[in-house]
Amino acid sequence: MINFLLLILIYTGLYALLALGQNIITGFTGLLSLCAAGFFAIGSYTTAILTVNYGWSFWFTIPLAGVLAALAGALIGLPTLRLKGDYLAIATLGFGEIIRNVILNWDSLTRGPMGINGIPMPTIFGMVINPYRKWGYLTLVWIFVIVFYFLLKRLTRSRMGRALEAIKEDEIAAYSMGINTTKYKVWAFMVGAFVAGCAGSLQAGFTLSVTPNTYTFMVSVMVLCMVVLGGMGNHLAVILGALIIQLAAEFPRLLGLSSTVPPQFKQIVFGLILVIMMIYRPQGIVGRKKVNYDKFVGNETRRVAKKSEVN
Amino acid sequence: MSLLYTKQLTRAYGGVIAVSDVDFSVEKNSISGLIGPNGAGKTTLFNNVTGMDIPTSGSVHFNDKDITGVPAFKISRLGIARTFQNIRLFKEMSVLENVMIGRHFKSGRSMISGRTVNALTSYMKMKSEEKDVYDKAREWLDFFGLDEARNEAAKNLPYGNQRELEIARAMATEPELLFLDEPAAGMNPQETDHLMSTIRRIRDLGVTVLLIEHDMKLVMNICEHITVLNYGKKIAEGNPSEIQKNPLVIEAYLGKED
Ligand SMILES: Nc1ncnc2c1ncn2[C@@H]1O[C@H](COP(=O)(O)OP(=O)(O)OP(=O)(O)O)[C@@H](O)[C@H]1O
Ligand SMILES: [Mg+2]
Repeated sequence: MINFLLLILIYTGLYALLALGQNIITGFTGLLSLCAAGFFAIGSYTTAILTVNYGWSFWFTIPLAGVLAALAGALIGLPTLRLKGDYLAIATLGFGEIIRNVILNWDSLTRGPMGINGIPMPTIFGMVINPYRKWGYLTLVWIFVIVFYFLLKRLTRSRMGRALEAIKEDEIAAYSMGINTTKYKVWAFMVGAFVAGCAGSLQAGFTLSVTPNTYTFMVSVMVLCMVVLGGMGNHLAVILGALIIQLAAEFPRLLGLSSTVPPQFKQIVFGLILVIMMIYRPQGIVGRKKVNYDKFVGNETRRVAKKSEVN
Repeated sequence: MSLLYTKQLTRAYGGVIAVSDVDFSVEKNSISGLIGPNGAGKTTLFNNVTGMDIPTSGSVHFNDKDITGVPAFKISRLGIARTFQNIRLFKEMSVLENVMIGRHFKSGRSMISGRTVNALTSYMKMKSEEKDVYDKAREWLDFFGLDEARNEAAKNLPYGNQRELEIARAMATEPELLFLDEPAAGMNPQETDHLMSTIRRIRDLGVTVLLIEHDMKLVMNICEHITVLNYGKKIAEGNPSEIQKNPLVIEAYLGKED
């Protein structure tokens, strides 16, 4: 039981990373993307191929997995910049499926539907992080979540973050304010994909084998669900969203009911969550993070002092 | 000296010629008006001058530089800012953030050397740059009397204040030339009076103002120079009293008498 709980928490961490990435693309910039699974897959396969075929250290494959996913992000971002809303969603959905199909059919590199087995367990300072003993890997994944949380918070609480949100709110107005909307939209895709790529890499180090059918459209939908449920444009909220969705998806098994509840149950739950949220709380459970600029950068006392001098 | 002028500017949408062969100019440090009946092509002219749209033919010159076809985000960096006929605020963001976005390119350095890297590496540098943006934004909010409301979501402001916030956001880019597309539309008389004094104060800062407006009281009151469009063509220009007497203008607005 405790083992199963740890497993859920590890997956929650991986999904939290995916949700943090998706949040940059959808939550901040307002681009309805549905290819998180594609970026995730690129990350996983980068690590699998490099560790198994080329003997790379697991750790070095992580940043490369991020970079390759980011390049894929630019590749999808650039040609689809003119698309909005549903059209962008369909284009990115197609792109995610293309990635999965390439993986499925490029036998010489990916071993097709069989997938790649025998990924070595990651080691640190000569110690093996054995995924079967969960605690180590749980710590590793959540360290990544925390580090990315702070990095992305720093990145978005700046003129860049404001530019992304301006694009979400009104792209034409943002453009007329001197914001290079093209640049920022591609940038959002790249940053989001980078995080997803790293998550994929961590996933490969945990499961020690990768197969194409892990990276289906359903994964992208789940990740989008987490962002919508938690709150668009709020880093902490989407991590919470990841936790809730994971628990919702796994609670039949947690309660030992898995034999009586059909596997389609998950899909029904996600669908219900999305519909209920859209109707009752479109901004998510937590909603957009309000930055208190008066506290963050302002110096209220100085202004007050200046005013009272005048009087 | 003309701060901005167009040469035979034309914009056709298929068969509809929205702007036709217009030679148009704005004098430095003036308040100028662009008027004409509905569908005359005023907004289209704005869009073609501010880079939101690309002219079919003709050219646009700003500070004696040809800016025809330059994209809008670059034009705003050259010193032209604008507002929109239908308010386009960043609705969910705070009043303060709206104006801070106006400071976007004033605070930026190049992508590689500057902000993005700094945002990750240097907490202090970022804080000081954010502080500049914040302080400047609050100065502009003070100027427009919106500072008290700075933490409100933009969408929660009263209508007249939303219109002025859009102007504040444009002014935060520190433009030489400010375009206002029907700034008084939907305002009550008190709000319109306030707007008129605001526009005068903006001009007193040394900013040239060009406005499209249907409220003739406002136009005749504050514009020194007026250009009239009808069916995409320039039919008259001059000072308010000349325009009021011009038979072509009267005809365009009232229709021809038999
Ligand atoms: N994107 C477009 N595609 C096709 N036709 C357009 C487009 N934009 C404007 N038009 C047409 O060009 C003409 C001029 O429109 P414009 O919006 O410039 O008028 P306007 O003078 O601003 O009018 P109003 O006072 O009603 O705002 C109209 O006939 C309009 O239908
Ligand atoms: Mg118009």
